[in-house]
Amino acid sequence: MRNSDAKGAEIAAKQKNAGQDKSAAIKTVTAPIATPKAAKLQSALHKSAAIKTAADKTAVSHTVPQSKRTSPIGRPLPRPGALKPGRILAYTLALGFALLWSMPLIWSVIASLRPPNEPFARGHIWFGSALSLHSYIRAFNLAPFVLYFRNTVLLVLIILFFQLISSSLAGFAFAFYRFKGDRLLFTLILTQMMIPTTALLVPNFRTIRILGLYDSIWAIGLPFFGSAFGTFLLRQSFLGIPRDYGDAAEVDGCNWFMILRHVYIPMAKPALIAFAVSSINWHWNDLLWPLIVTQSTQSRPLTAGLARFTQLGEIGAQWDLMSAATLIVALPLLLLFLIFQKRFIEGYMNSGLK
Amino acid sequence: MNRRRYHPALPYLLILPTLIFVLIFTVYPALSAGWSSLFEHRLNIPKFREPVFVGLEHYTDFAASEEFRLILGNTLLYAVILVPITVIAALFLALWLRKKRFAAFRIAVFHPAILPMVSAATIWMFFFTPDYGLFNRFLEFFGYRGPENWLSHPDLSLMALIIVAFWKDAGFYMIYYLAGVQSLPEDVFEALKLEGAGPVTTFFRFTLPLLRRTTLFVTTIAVIGAFRAVDHVFVMTQGGPSGRSTLLLYHLWQVRFESLNIGEASALTVVLVVLLLAFTISNFLLSERKGRDA
Repeated sequence: MRNSDAKGAEIAAKQKNAGQDKSAAIKTVTAPIATPKAAKLQSALHKSAAIKTAADKTAVSHTVPQSKRTSPIGRPLPRPGALKPGRILAYTLALGFALLWSMPLIWSVIASLRPPNEPFARGHIWFGSALSLHSYIRAFNLAPFVLYFRNTVLLVLIILFFQLISSSLAGFAFAFYRFKGDRLLFTLILTQMMIPTTALLVPNFRTIRILGLYDSIWAIGLPFFGSAFGTFLLRQSFLGIPRDYGDAAEVDGCNWFMILRHVYIPMAKPALIAFAVSSINWHWNDLLWPLIVTQSTQSRPLTAGLARFTQLGEIGAQWDLMSAATLIVALPLLLLFLIFQKRFIEGYMNSGLK
Repeated sequence: MNRRRYHPALPYLLILPTLIFVLIFTVYPALSAGWSSLFEHRLNIPKFREPVFVGLEHYTDFAASEEFRLILGNTLLYAVILVPITVIAALFLALWLRKKRFAAFRIAVFHPAILPMVSAATIWMFFFTPDYGLFNRFLEFFGYRGPENWLSHPDLSLMALIIVAFWKDAGFYMIYYLAGVQSLPEDVFEALKLEGAGPVTTFFRFTLPLLRRTTLFVTTIAVIGAFRAVDHVFVMTQGGPSGRSTLLLYHLWQVRFESLNIGEASALTVVLVVLLLAFTISNFLLSERKGRDA
């Protein structure tokens, strides 16, 4: 809690600062010349933070001679482009916080690179005497992570494939057509968002057994082939597309599939990406359901493999090995995230309710 | 406008694939769990190998069971602590890091959301290790002299789970708030500053009400997330010590796959589903009412 108090105070201080600078700048603009140009500048000031700084600069250089660059209350104005101490402080604080928050990942990367036979102890938990990939090699020797990786990739892609098809169709139907019972059916589908499939593991496990799918990748994926979240997200996105587009295509003789394929899908790309990102992230990381419906290494995904791995008796508290195994599971997605981080974050931003 | 260029069955056919999977894996199991919960059905006891009707016995057993009350208490405590602190932290992080120049720091705060919970929990096990674990060293720096063995301490094991979930989720929810914050009308806030409104007034009178829909969305997914949280229990505490960190879904798994008691596990499923529906629906209604008052 202390942390967030400090943060709150910091935000408050910054806002106060900004407020002062702003009113000062506006006074410099309005006081000496009350022209339409100044008024325009002032309204521009309201637009956005980015434009604000630019406007500040112009306002200052246009209205006040270089020698008298002080605000009306006598406070010297900062040189344009200069780093304010407040800004440096805010930056340092944020940097410290970001480092602290990333500590688990930073530590595990470092710990995974220790050479063999250097046990962890107080004051000796970071780098060993050298850097070594020994832990990774051992992890790959102790468990079939390559196979697990293949299973996870297959699983995630199979689920995504079916979800994209089923959700596009359903989302399109709910957005483009009015039909009897549409609201009721939509609500029925949305219950899937309120009751997560894992909570229903007892009856779903029986269903999977009856279908004869136990211990297969299909067993892990099948319950997720229909997605309420995907349907919801795509319906929202489709509703944002002007109806005339679809109607015009219809008049031109397009059937529903052509409308969906050539009008709706291309325009809903951000929503599709958003959904794909969250689906991949979700199913790459899911543990309990795969743990229940798989038994052999042939069908086990990475997460379930890691859970088994950490419980192997001989591994105990070998943190270098544990870190390596942990990163083997997390790294592929983490690297994808670092490369496409803008897509990821925007994807999630697009998937929220607005 | 009533020209119909499609077969009347078309929309139904389009939703059919989604509907079938929702019916088979959500609606049917929720109902069938209710039915199965009325039977005694245990795979490891010959007498109950075939289900025997017992009515509401499982539920009356729950009411009298010390263990069940402990687990329900754990689960509620977990949700009641975790959801508010995570959501509040997410909001402050979004307000703090909303500027473009902080984008790099956002990645640092968000990345735990990409890690699988198994990985995160495994790393945090090290952090909670007594003596040399980093979390204890960190607390010690701030004067903490309490117990160090978080994972096997009766009062701290549940806290350890909450801490990991907090670390993993705060940045994730921050993204939703960031989307909300960026859609706020900037000129209103500029005007407020010029009018001399303090940051506290601005926050409570404008920012918070304008983010109401985001808050509803985030609290809803946070509550659902809290009730389905189980991965870190598997890795870190296995529900111990003596059930003090057992969450409902973990218990449900234990009853089904360790005790092989299908009847009781079905009754627990019903309890979990009722809790989930009660929390999400009341959260929604509460927010709707507040929205009308505002």
